Amino acid sequence: MLTTIRDLFRFSLSFRFGSLILIFVAIVVVTSFFAPYPPEKRRVVPRKFRGDPPSLQYVLGTTALGQDVFWMLTAGVKNTLIIASIAVVIGRGIGVMLGMISGYLGGAADRIIQSVVESVIVIPRLPLLILIAVILKGELTFVSLGILIGILDWAYPSKRYRAQVLSLRERDFTHTAIFSGMNTVKIVIQEHLPFIIPYMLADVVSGFLFSIGIEVTLSYLGLNDLNSLSLGTMIYWANEWSSIFAGKPWVMIAPVTASIIMVVGFYLVSIGISEYLDPRKRLVRLQAHQADLALELEREGASSAGVAVATAGRKEKDE
Amino acid sequence: MQLLRTYILPRIAQWAVVIFVGVTVTFLIPRFSPVNPIDDMISRMTAFQTIDPQAVVAMRANMEDLYGLDGSLLDQYIAFWRRLLAGDLGPSFQNFPAPVSEIIGAGLPWTVGLLTTTTLISWLLGIFVGSLVGYFQHQTWAQVLERLVIVIYPTPYLITALILLIVFAFYIPLFPMVGGAQGSPALTWNYISSILRFGFLPAMSIVIGGFAFRFIMAKALSTTEIASDYVQYAELAAVPKRRIVMSYVIRNTMLPHVNDLALSLGAMFEGALIVEVMFGYPGLGSKLFTAIGTSDYNIIMGITLLSIVGIATGSLIVDLLYPVFDPRVRLR
Repeated sequence: MLTTIRDLFRFSLSFRFGSLILIFVAIVVVTSFFAPYPPEKRRVVPRKFRGDPPSLQYVLGTTALGQDVFWMLTAGVKNTLIIASIAVVIGRGIGVMLGMISGYLGGAADRIIQSVVESVIVIPRLPLLILIAVILKGELTFVSLGILIGILDWAYPSKRYRAQVLSLRERDFTHTAIFSGMNTVKIVIQEHLPFIIPYMLADVVSGFLFSIGIEVTLSYLGLNDLNSLSLGTMIYWANEWSSIFAGKPWVMIAPVTASIIMVVGFYLVSIGISEYLDPRKRLVRLQAHQADLALELEREGASSAGVAVATAGRKEKDE
Repeated sequence: MQLLRTYILPRIAQWAVVIFVGVTVTFLIPRFSPVNPIDDMISRMTAFQTIDPQAVVAMRANMEDLYGLDGSLLDQYIAFWRRLLAGDLGPSFQNFPAPVSEIIGAGLPWTVGLLTTTTLISWLLGIFVGSLVGYFQHQTWAQVLERLVIVIYPTPYLITALILLIVFAFYIPLFPMVGGAQGSPALTWNYISSILRFGFLPAMSIVIGGFAFRFIMAKALSTTEIASDYVQYAELAAVPKRRIVMSYVIRNTMLPHVNDLALSLGAMFEGALIVEVMFGYPGLGSKLFTAIGTSDYNIIMGITLLSIVGIATGSLIVDLLYPVFDPRVRLR
């Protein structure tokens, strides 16, 4: 795991940038816990500072209602991530399960699941989401919104997991395991899961991308808990109070910029991971490893060559 | 005949399954929700005036009949299909008794027009620019473009539209903010030019999003393609670079794009909906937005059903055209 992350840092520029952005986002989330007052509360900023542009005291400006945009934004980022996490966990949970069932069982079960999955991929999700959200309008919370987004976002992932499982099933080591009498559950958990986990990682990241986008969109339509802060509800209220027309664009700029930065961060990380999973890139990495080893050999001298070979073996295993 | 059996019929069966699943889900959602739309509507009606309880009971029975909510779940389901096949989507709650199909019909041409134009433009532009960038990936302009797309691609349609709206309609008032056209529909230059002027920013928002997606795919495909032997041979033979990209690389990477067009229709449609809301464009998106504000379930349901059928049919048409492009499917 550590080697994986180190390699990602070393060989992928986009992963480096992306994780920097995500670390920054994480810092913002942590900051939200230090808010001096509930950030959605109105009239907390002294009257003479209300509706002011960004200044030293109020870094991102204030709203005319007397809220500090900075603290609003920290809470908004946190809540948007909470919604997205719930959606990702549920969506990927269903996706992994269906993909694995479909891939391992095969036959009629596979055909039925696949035809449902194919249909769900084609069906546009936004109108369905809106339909459900409108019905639940008064009762929408972050949790229910997250669940809602999650239960409609599993079709693509499950297809990808199924493809993975199908290819793993045909590998030599699977046959070896079967012939040596290893039971199926053990094969799945011990032999196949380590291959699926990196894909899951890439998938989780792109799940965040989708969920953040949908959260912002639904909130803009007023389909969220509008009394709480999220990036989407901030944009909703900035629009509702027509902050741009009123000459207070910073109220709108803050959540818009934050959402762009966040999705770009997640996207860069997902590019990095998929590059890492690309077999052609893997070859380049292995060559670099070998170059490293050659250097080590030179440095340590021929006498410790045996040790170097041992480390090489270990490194291969870490891969 | 072979083609019909191995390709066309299974594809049509898939289309039927999509519509079946979509309609069933749309049917089940409101019925399994903890909130009853009729209760909701009656409580909204009785919130401002007192109505005789007996009248309320009668009204409820009447409405259940009207919206197909009486009888067992199976009865309702069959009735739902029957009405759907007859093209009857029920009346609108808000503009009672105007039928939903009429309200949706008014918005449909706008959405279809906007969506077809933007899908085509972004698809062609994305393939073209993406392939070029894939081929010339070490040039500065290609790298700048690629970085730009990395920012554009994950940005939701809503945010792109919002930024375009604020910048090009408010701060630099080049384009109108709200609406679809000016004047009464006629084949005059004024009216047509106003359609273009009003449609420009909404179209741009969708094109930008769709372009970024297609660009990334085209770039990945052409990067793989240029490593193949024939491209290297063409380069060694000093075939002009433009010709290599245009006649060889793009043509050889076209098939996945055609195939993928069917799958990306849904995403483009969702983008179009939200962009229409942003710009007050008089298509389905705006109808949907108004319906959300007034909790007009029937309209939302109608738009959901229509979009499922529309997108499924659209991708069916694209897939049925696929053998025209791919001889391997055609001559199997």
